[in-house]
Amino acid sequence: MATIVGGLAVSHVPAIGKAIADHRQAEPYWKPFFDAFGPARAWLEQAKPDAVVVISNDHGLNFFLDKMPTFAIGAAPEYRNADEGWGLPVLHPFAGDPELSWHMIDKLVADEFDMTTCQEMLVDHGFCIPMELFWPDGPAPVRTVPIVINTVQHPLPSPARCFKLGQAIGRAIESYPKDIRVAVIATGGLSHQLDGERAGFINPEFDMLCLDKLVNDPKALTTYSTHDLVALAGSQGVELLSWIAMAGAMTGKVRQIHRHYHIPISNTAAALLVMENSREAESVAA
Amino acid sequence: MTAPSGEAIPGTTIFDGAEAMKGYALNRMCFSFNDAANRAAFVADEDGYCDRYGLTPEQKAAVRSRNVLQLIAAGGNIYYLAKLAGILGLGVQDIGAQQTGMSVEAFKAKLLAAGEV
Repeated sequence: MATIVGGLAVSHVPAIGKAIADHRQAEPYWKPFFDAFGPARAWLEQAKPDAVVVISNDHGLNFFLDKMPTFAIGAAPEYRNADEGWGLPVLHPFAGDPELSWHMIDKLVADEFDMTTCQEMLVDHGFCIPMELFWPDGPAPVRTVPIVINTVQHPLPSPARCFKLGQAIGRAIESYPKDIRVAVIATGGLSHQLDGERAGFINPEFDMLCLDKLVNDPKALTTYSTHDLVALAGSQGVELLSWIAMAGAMTGKVRQIHRHYHIPISNTAAALLVMENSREAESVAA
Repeated sequence: MTAPSGEAIPGTTIFDGAEAMKGYALNRMCFSFNDAANRAAFVADEDGYCDRYGLTPEQKAAVRSRNVLQLIAAGGNIYYLAKLAGILGLGVQDIGAQQTGMSVEAFKAKLLAAGEV
């Protein structure tokens, strides 16, 4: 059976992709941010996931307002990146895992999460930048299953609903009959707002609370409404919904491996969180 | 605009169904800017391109103004507007500065200061 080795979460600010493309990782503005990824990469090398489920939000590359799914899942053999309109270089394609995708689709729909299924899906910076950050030496040696949560058009799914989606994702992965190792990656956030007179809003106090709760008590975050998240984390800080879903997918005992928080990257409070997931029985034995 | 629950958040438009309907033509045009040929066509003939997408007079005026708050008031969603901003050579800190009435340097300094707590 498949094993969930852990969860990772990271911001996906487009400027990060630009900094990687321009080789600016060692510059003073960028160094503290990029240096934080060493422990995450070391953990991934040891955890050796075969596949990653990447929970993020589309930014107007694959989906438009003509058809806007609340929850979508990729079921493609390959996911291509494409021009987003403002100058990020287009990355290489990412390997899919259609068999795992369809298993998850079957299980999620049986579990009352009626996903929009996508045999073609373009992946934007929200998917690509985290993959570049975790595997900086070229195409990641993992198969991928993208999951997209609508954070563009309200009503958005509630934190409680996203947490339950995560729990269903966890059950779906663990019921996969193949003996593979799977990590769940969430992308986006933390607090930031790009639009309106409130642009530039950042809330370190709320971000810290979220980082603590995601590890120790993620259910506590399900008491917020999406409107609360906009108020507390900013219009785009609602990308936190992906982080909440990731935390929901942790099925066993969770241990924080690494965490980093840095203000600002562009207009955003950038964060990185790595959590290990182990079965209760193992953790008792250990 | 107020979301179904909770109080209005100052300086923040909740992009809900009403906004999505109001801004549809403008956002649809901006979505087309994922394609380099469409960006070039817009630059070559802005008004003509806006007409092809059926922008309202308010939306056309907002595009002409380069004013992000005006574009949002016309139903624009920031994820799509970012593609128009890209054509205009404006990054997120430029549009942040413009919307808050600050200089770009002051806006960047404000963000840096948020990290020095």
